[in-house]
Amino acid sequence: MDSESGFPKGGKPLIEVTDLEKLFPVRKGVFGRVVDYVHAVDGVSLSVMRGETLGLVGESGCGKTTVGRAILRLVEPTGGKVVFNGQDVLGLPPSPLRAMRKRMQIVFQDPYSSLDPRMTIERIVGEGFAIHGSPKGSQDPSVARRERIHELIEQVGLSHDHLSRLPHEFSGGQRQRIALARALALDPDFIVLDEPTSALDVSVQAQALNLLKRLQSKLGLSYLFISHDLSVVGHMADRIAVMYLGKIVELAPADVFLRHALHPYTQALIASIPIPDPKFRKDRKGIEGEVPSPTNPPKGCRFHPRCTMATPRCREEEPMMVEVEPGHFVACHAIVRT
Amino acid sequence: MNGKTPVLEIKGLRTQFFLREGVVTALDGIDLTIYENESVGVVGETGCGKSMTAYSILRLVPHPGRITAGSIKYKGNELTTLDIDRMRSVRGTKISMIFQDASTALDPVFTVGDQLGEVISLHQGIYEKAALEKKIQEALELVRIAAPKDVMRMYPHELSGGMKQRVMISLALSCSPSLLIADEPTTALDVTIQGQILKLLKALVAKTGSSMMLITHNLGIVAETCDRICVMYAGRIVEDAETFELFANPRHPYTAGLLMAFPRLGEKKAELPVIRGTVPDLMNPFKGCPFVDRCDKATEVCSKQRPNRVEVSPGHFVSCHLWHGGG
Repeated sequence: MDSESGFPKGGKPLIEVTDLEKLFPVRKGVFGRVVDYVHAVDGVSLSVMRGETLGLVGESGCGKTTVGRAILRLVEPTGGKVVFNGQDVLGLPPSPLRAMRKRMQIVFQDPYSSLDPRMTIERIVGEGFAIHGSPKGSQDPSVARRERIHELIEQVGLSHDHLSRLPHEFSGGQRQRIALARALALDPDFIVLDEPTSALDVSVQAQALNLLKRLQSKLGLSYLFISHDLSVVGHMADRIAVMYLGKIVELAPADVFLRHALHPYTQALIASIPIPDPKFRKDRKGIEGEVPSPTNPPKGCRFHPRCTMATPRCREEEPMMVEVEPGHFVACHAIVRT
Repeated sequence: MNGKTPVLEIKGLRTQFFLREGVVTALDGIDLTIYENESVGVVGETGCGKSMTAYSILRLVPHPGRITAGSIKYKGNELTTLDIDRMRSVRGTKISMIFQDASTALDPVFTVGDQLGEVISLHQGIYEKAALEKKIQEALELVRIAAPKDVMRMYPHELSGGMKQRVMISLALSCSPSLLIADEPTTALDVTIQGQILKLLKALVAKTGSSMMLITHNLGIVAETCDRICVMYAGRIVEDAETFELFANPRHPYTAGLLMAFPRLGEKKAELPVIRGTVPDLMNPFKGCPFVDRCDKATEVCSKQRPNRVEVSPGHFVSCHLWHGGG
């Protein structure tokens, strides 16, 4: 198992995902007959260690968001296994699942739609207590709740007088802080960060990223950091996984990843990032073509139609994840000759 | 770019919005010149006025906004006072624009061919079917769309984001404008597609000899595509210089902060340097420098007096009290 899910040896994973699969049915006609499936996530295995940030990168539609949601069962996976802290998440009945969700939270991409516009910040941040009960502490539950909310709002760098306001009074960066305070309310161990800074400006993004890092080291959180922006993931993550059309194609420790990515897709992805320094102005290699439809993914290696290194074998046989050096996994026939 | 002829000259441009709650000064004295065959990048964060600059140039400022001062000259002709009909002939043929979101900029009920054909007929007077179709195909081939015959019969929803943006570029370039304004042309696209589109834009601009004004929040994009860069903040251009100069010697504290705050691939820092605080409210007019509340180097004069635009080295202009004329 060790080599397949790709976690460093010795450590104990908090989250272990094996062969996760999510197929969305495509329905047609009056009776809604299922005619096909969208292979959003197709056999993804990964793990997140305690206190670790695993970065998940890929382009729109590659299934990275679905992976995050399927782990929390916000979408019901159609196959595979998710183990959280030694407990199987997928088999859990509703009420133990709800208890487990206390420990797994999510921050969504769009801070404008993820906060209820008619709730005050205090209610938004404290909503978890309404479901899971007030935090322990003072005798009086409402006092304990209040204290905890104050503590949370300070933790994310906002002040007490913000609590009685409504979401529309805040900027994007502040809203994302509120969403983070809500996620932290129940002392989770694990947070899925789904493009948490994509809607923010550069200067605000830097503030938010720093806050996330600070909270992680203070509270010992594990993150699954989902993003399309490799520069941001490179800054945040300890290990990085790249997804393409529902599959992970490469997984490596961040420093190894950035120094020598092996998969042709990863290389193209890195080559496509514009560097904010004209000295490194490069003749873009990039890649041609567009991502094929996940309803009918290409046979063999899913990247082969766009790959410059593709061989006949790539068209026929699906490559497996192989460990090429400690902790560095890649699924490519051209790189790993077996 | 000295010695070249300017295509567009903006001087002291001010655009304001008259709302019930008060007056928002979206642009506050913009000076900007774009020369022939030059691509100028305009960078800044949300609400700094970069898109409003583009809308002002094309006189497309939405109600209740209005240009209240300044001049915009296209090859010597004043645009701010031009009548509507004449302005319409400037748009598209002389100055054209690519919008950020191609899916809303294209009309969903007409085919790609219809939309391209309309522009070509209107501006070039070609109405005959066969000739028009040929022109449409050429326009699509120009943006490297494979199978233009099929694509011209498609509706926008049948195209991917990258394809839609290619169609938009083709629309914008169909009348060979001398100035192309691209407003965040790749923000809605994936990074690999963004690479393709930028490459295409660069090649086409070089081929047709137009000038380009590229509006973006992404410093990486301007670093790779533009000759000169203007940095905007709170409705003003705070710094402008040639690309290499700007990245090597950012003079304005905001530019320097922005460059530092950008996470770079392969550089791992414990913390990213940040610019504290947030952008000021443009409803409240400020007497001094708009960046004063977020600036670590601010002095007393910064909150009292508006900084002048000074040339710190040839072609490098900064509006900051730290830089007086001649040091």
